[in-house]
Amino acid sequence: MYTLATLPKGHEAIINRVSHLTGNDAIALRLGELGFVTGELVHVIATGPFGHDPIAVRLGTSRFALRRSEAARIHLQDTK
Amino acid sequence: MSTSTPRHIALAGNPNCGKTSLFNQLTGSRQKVGNYAGVTVERKVGFFTTPQNTTIRVLDLPGAYSLSSTSPDEDITRDICLGHHPAEAQPEILIGVVSASNLRLHLRFLLELKQIGVPVIVALNMMDEAEKMGLTIDINGLSAALDMPVIPVVSLHKQGVSQLLTVLDQPVQTPTPLPEDTDLHTEVRRLLSHYVQQPATPHERFTDRLDRWTLHPVLGPLILLIILFIMFQTVFAWAQPIMDALGSGLNDLGAWLLTPLPDGMLHSLLADGVIAGAGTVVVFLPQILILFLWIITLEESGYLPRAAFLLDRIMAMAGLSGRSFIPLLSSFACAIPGIMAARTIQNPRDRLVTILIAPLMTCSARLPVYTLLIGAFVPHRSVWGIINLQGLVLFGLYAAAIISGIIAARIMTRGVASQEHPLLLELPPYRRPLLRSVALGLWQRAVMFLSRVGTIIVSLNVLLWGLSSFPAPPAHAMGAAIDYSIAGRIGHLMQPVFAPLGFNWQICVALIPGLAAREVAISSLATVYAIGATGDDAGDKLLPILSSQWSMATAFALLAWYVYAPQCISTLAVMRRETRSLKIVLGAAAYLFGLAYLGAFLTHYITLKML
Repeated sequence: MYTLATLPKGHEAIINRVSHLTGNDAIALRLGELGFVTGELVHVIATGPFGHDPIAVRLGTSRFALRRSEAARIHLQDTK
Repeated sequence: MSTSTPRHIALAGNPNCGKTSLFNQLTGSRQKVGNYAGVTVERKVGFFTTPQNTTIRVLDLPGAYSLSSTSPDEDITRDICLGHHPAEAQPEILIGVVSASNLRLHLRFLLELKQIGVPVIVALNMMDEAEKMGLTIDINGLSAALDMPVIPVVSLHKQGVSQLLTVLDQPVQTPTPLPEDTDLHTEVRRLLSHYVQQPATPHERFTDRLDRWTLHPVLGPLILLIILFIMFQTVFAWAQPIMDALGSGLNDLGAWLLTPLPDGMLHSLLADGVIAGAGTVVVFLPQILILFLWIITLEESGYLPRAAFLLDRIMAMAGLSGRSFIPLLSSFACAIPGIMAARTIQNPRDRLVTILIAPLMTCSARLPVYTLLIGAFVPHRSVWGIINLQGLVLFGLYAAAIISGIIAARIMTRGVASQEHPLLLELPPYRRPLLRSVALGLWQRAVMFLSRVGTIIVSLNVLLWGLSSFPAPPAHAMGAAIDYSIAGRIGHLMQPVFAPLGFNWQICVALIPGLAAREVAISSLATVYAIGATGDDAGDKLLPILSSQWSMATAFALLAWYVYAPQCISTLAVMRRETRSLKIVLGAAAYLFGLAYLGAFLTHYITLKML
């Protein structure tokens, strides 16, 4: 299994789960509220010009920019 | 079931759902913008009348992704929706605004609103975008499943707004909440699969095509650079002539108004205190309005978050996020619009740090001082054949300011940096900015600046005038009149403190009226040296006097002082207005004066040792 932090630009994958780094991980909770939940399809549309960080991700009809450290909470699996 | 006529309602919804344009459409110009007590969250309240002549007060709540809030904006929305806010009553009806083109995200928050237990009317916004995407929405089915009235609207036009008004004249029921353990995402998916039909092959959206250019690792920064280049060209090319015209127009107006008055104290108070103070305020306006024309347009079009995406890594070096870039860049023109633009930063810590370091970005008002001192003390020659030494010093002053800003931001963000600080930024679809919203935004900025900041600036200017004019010099006094005034005495008293920086008493005296605005320092130096020059030729006449009377160490120390010192009460006034905290303003002034003193002291010391 891999995470959104390592998904290359132009690729898509399905969210397997979102991991909480601490008991009350505000970032993981917010990711969930933004729709990063199990079963959703994510697509990396761009990476930042400096050090390829942050990344821009399409999730359904929304697009979000997130830093790689945030994206590392999102575990992925291949689309079938 | 509530049947009473609603009088107090609120618009709630995700960021980028078109809530504010719906608010503008409902209320027109009948709206007031202020702040919620104790916080810097913008409070927008407006009024409108329904077909049955009921006047309704509507609150435009800050955009939120969820009621489990993560920012001061979302705190306000949560507290008001739940009826926990100390000053705002719980709305009798909530209008849940969702974008039909992004239901997957927006329905989730709407379901949270449904659970509160107040009547909710759903404004299904941006129906035009949904049509373009080929979506078919079963509005009646969705309304029945949600147990709430659903009104399709295009908030950019009047379309649907009249239907919304009609619904407000009828009693609205409180929806039956979902069972407590419902997973809201699962419920959203169920609603979407039942009531929204996607086209078999979704066509690529305009936003996705544009993003391939604007977020491109090479073209993206290039496009941003071109936009910023044009932005600053217009700020200086358009604002400067208007500012000059306003300045001289105000002078003429003042002179004309005051002709009937005999020369004397009252004349001087009105001319040098009140009118000069008002002039300082008005002269800032063109620059503020042109910068905000750009910032509001970029924000409304959806480009600003893309710029934040491109620059996030660079700003992370200062412990900030990409959102801080535009406010800081604007501060190079003038810290006032820069500090006001910090409102586009949602994160409160980032916002505060951005406001605190904005005065370190070299504003254009410092240039006259830099030009005068560099012209007087740095030889006009080239180094290694190609580099102009005067230009090199000017560059050094800018670089010193930027590096200090980065270091200051790093120190200020250090304690909290251990806690992870998220970017998590939505990149909304591109939308054509509405003339109406841009005009309204500019108008609100102008009113805010003139009424709140303007009054502080004029009063402080009158105070400074008083300090520099009283007491009047004795009849046959030699030297400059200011030397006999309170400001003159304070200047002399300050001199021992500033002696380690190499400042003479003339500089100390000139620093006091120079607080009104940085560029005033030149004319006040001219006053102190009693050369009686005013305005444009002050610099030319001062130049030979300074280069013969000051040491190079003194001049360089004064340059260093100007890099840091908060020599501008207007900046402090706008800081007070934007942070609503005198403590922060005093803290900012103290840290900037501290840096200025240290910088000037080191510069003076090092220059003395080297020469």
